Amino acid sequence: MMRQLLVRLLVLGTLLTGTSYVVWRWGWSVNWENWWIAVPLVVAETYALVDAYLFGLTVWRIKVRGDAPPPPEGATVDVFITTYDEPVEMVMKTAEAARRIRFPHSTWVLDDGNRPELAAAAERLGVGYLTRSEDWTDRPRHAKAGNLNNALFATDGEFMLVLDADQVPDPAILDRTLGWFRDDRVALVQTPQWFTNVTDSDPLGSQAPLFYGPIQQGKDGWNAAFFCGSNAVLRREALMQLGIVGYVREVGAAVEDALRTSRRILARAARAARRTDPALARDLEQLRESARQGSRDLRAGTPVAEVTYAFQQAVDGVSRGAVERDFAGIAEDLAAIGELPVEVDQEMGALVVDDAALDRLAEREWSPLGALESVRALARAVDVDRGDEAQPMMPLATVSVTEDMATCMRLHALGWRSVYHHEVLAHGLAPEDLRTMLQQRLRWAQGTLQVLLKENPLVQRGLTVAQRLMYFGTMWSYLSGFAAVAFMAAPVFYLCFGVLPVNAYGMEFLQRFLPYVVLNQLLFLVVGYGVKTWRGHQYSLALFPLWIRACTTAAANVFLRRPLGFVVTPKTRQAGGGFPWRLIWPQLLATVVLVTACVVGVVRLWTGSATSTIGTAVNVVWVGYDLLVMSVIYQAALHRPSDEEHGAGIPAHVTTTPEELES
Amino acid sequence: MQIEKSVTDGVTVLRCDGRLTMVAAPALRSAVEEAIGGGARRLVVDLSTAPFVDSSGLGALVNGLKAARVAGGDLRIAGASEQVLSVLSLTNLDRVLKPYAGVAEARDGW
Repeated sequence: MMRQLLVRLLVLGTLLTGTSYVVWRWGWSVNWENWWIAVPLVVAETYALVDAYLFGLTVWRIKVRGDAPPPPEGATVDVFITTYDEPVEMVMKTAEAARRIRFPHSTWVLDDGNRPELAAAAERLGVGYLTRSEDWTDRPRHAKAGNLNNALFATDGEFMLVLDADQVPDPAILDRTLGWFRDDRVALVQTPQWFTNVTDSDPLGSQAPLFYGPIQQGKDGWNAAFFCGSNAVLRREALMQLGIVGYVREVGAAVEDALRTSRRILARAARAARRTDPALARDLEQLRESARQGSRDLRAGTPVAEVTYAFQQAVDGVSRGAVERDFAGIAEDLAAIGELPVEVDQEMGALVVDDAALDRLAEREWSPLGALESVRALARAVDVDRGDEAQPMMPLATVSVTEDMATCMRLHALGWRSVYHHEVLAHGLAPEDLRTMLQQRLRWAQGTLQVLLKENPLVQRGLTVAQRLMYFGTMWSYLSGFAAVAFMAAPVFYLCFGVLPVNAYGMEFLQRFLPYVVLNQLLFLVVGYGVKTWRGHQYSLALFPLWIRACTTAAANVFLRRPLGFVVTPKTRQAGGGFPWRLIWPQLLATVVLVTACVVGVVRLWTGSATSTIGTAVNVVWVGYDLLVMSVIYQAALHRPSDEEHGAGIPAHVTTTPEELES
Repeated sequence: MQIEKSVTDGVTVLRCDGRLTMVAAPALRSAVEEAIGGGARRLVVDLSTAPFVDSSGLGALVNGLKAARVAGGDLRIAGASEQVLSVLSLTNLDRVLKPYAGVAEARDGW
């Protein structure tokens, strides 16, 4: 209680001093003469302040839950262990532990790798073994989300515990968590992730004690505890409801698209026909009106199946009359119709209708009859069966490579509650080399940003304002790479060339800046009391090239439909090799530039070409701090795990623990 | 839950007797698939004796609808109770799968 009070005081103090500082920066101290560096710097400072607001909101209501009530009587539970290509021994070790979970349950290995040896091992142990049904052949597989969606329809437990292949559960995991489901509105109970193959110094920053602690507890206070993909129990009813709502929405959207395109095709065809065949032109106009009516009905809530049925009937009626009148150009058009733009993006598979291709279709010069036929085919293609997907329902969201966050947000939007149970009940394995770790972080970042760009939480209906901000806060933190560049560039230009981004680095600057920074640091100290937050803090800056890459690739993926371009995370450790220059060259370059800038800055002060001692001092301290923070990447690059301890190989987590950024 | 199947005039009626929940959903799913495999194209799922349907039950209906459409047929639901209607509207599923008052209404106009 006292701690929460102190946290709130520090939050208020940080935000007050921070706001006053940033207002002063914008209004009174931007050196517009050097706008090219002054503006990026003040924008970066504003970014950091917004981040502080979001963090302050997160920790404002830290919810410390005690023990859960006893599990609901007669609850039925499936334990899902998801695997793709992790070593069989690793999966079986988890399966054995899962079998030993005390609360009655069925254990299932969900093998996306379809491996006979794993099937045999599962049978020997007496646990269930599931692979994709044949419906998935030649359809988007949706990675882990698809794996879980497939299993949902092959099992029937009321609750499901989801475990990554390396997450060895405690026998008490269900006894400790199921009780939260006594509240009928609870859809999810998330427990922390804890890694056993990590030393105390944790050079790769694998543990996320700030996230699986104050941040999740803070989000929990706003009923926004996140689903992180593993070590969580979910309620089947909630997921199924999500699947059905999603199905209805996707079907509706696809039909709407088809009707809109049909109208455009018909309009053009009618214009063309007016000269040659006025009767047909009238028919086409009439059909266009039917399409418009269909859209109106759809908006008014008429069942989708009826809208498509009515429109199909109208098309058929007009077609019959038209065939008798016009045979020209049919053959040529029919060939083009063969390739309808109702396809799925191979990687994400979320897409039902390719808008660009639909545009092309609409722009094509159709003969009137060809236009009719293409409209007819379009109306059929987007019928209610969702033939493009393996299952009509995808309870776990497939809009992102990190399915967990998107799924959770949709659950919250439907009014379900989530719980963060702060007790380590599963022990996993973290990546053990820099490359694997970087790939994993990139993937999380890309996934999170995909959700931001596709389903911006700020405008999701059904979420409370606080929930929107909790989701947005996590996404916002992934934009930090750009700010980091500005923060590093500004002191370099000042020290090397005397370029002032700020009007004065005098006492006034310090008076306004220091209280903000000191209070902010105190806030972190109190919030993160007893846990190691320094690693996470370091990585939030040190991985700046990665965050920038995540932003650009996610944007290209969402807007330009480019593949994300990440390499599938290698599950076994990369061979030792030398120093990974190529992985961290941006950080190396930044280090060289920063060190040089310090030397130049001091020399300039010495020789009198720089006049402000405070200015130089502030900037040298600033650069020193940057260097200290970035040094973690060199520790990570030099890190060589001992082979004897963990020979089994490294898992690929698709789970989201973006701790290093949540600050 | 029991599922009774009857065929008249080319329409297969599957009557669900009991609660259509996550426990019963797989049974309905396979009953629909079996009927389609046996050549049925027009199916009516009669819910008049199903007092309760959960989301998994709805899931089985959607799967049935898909199976029927893929086979070139259709699936309709009939006789849904108040509770079932409210679940349908909560999930918006009534926008895709129109609930018919009874089997006779569902057969009408096929």
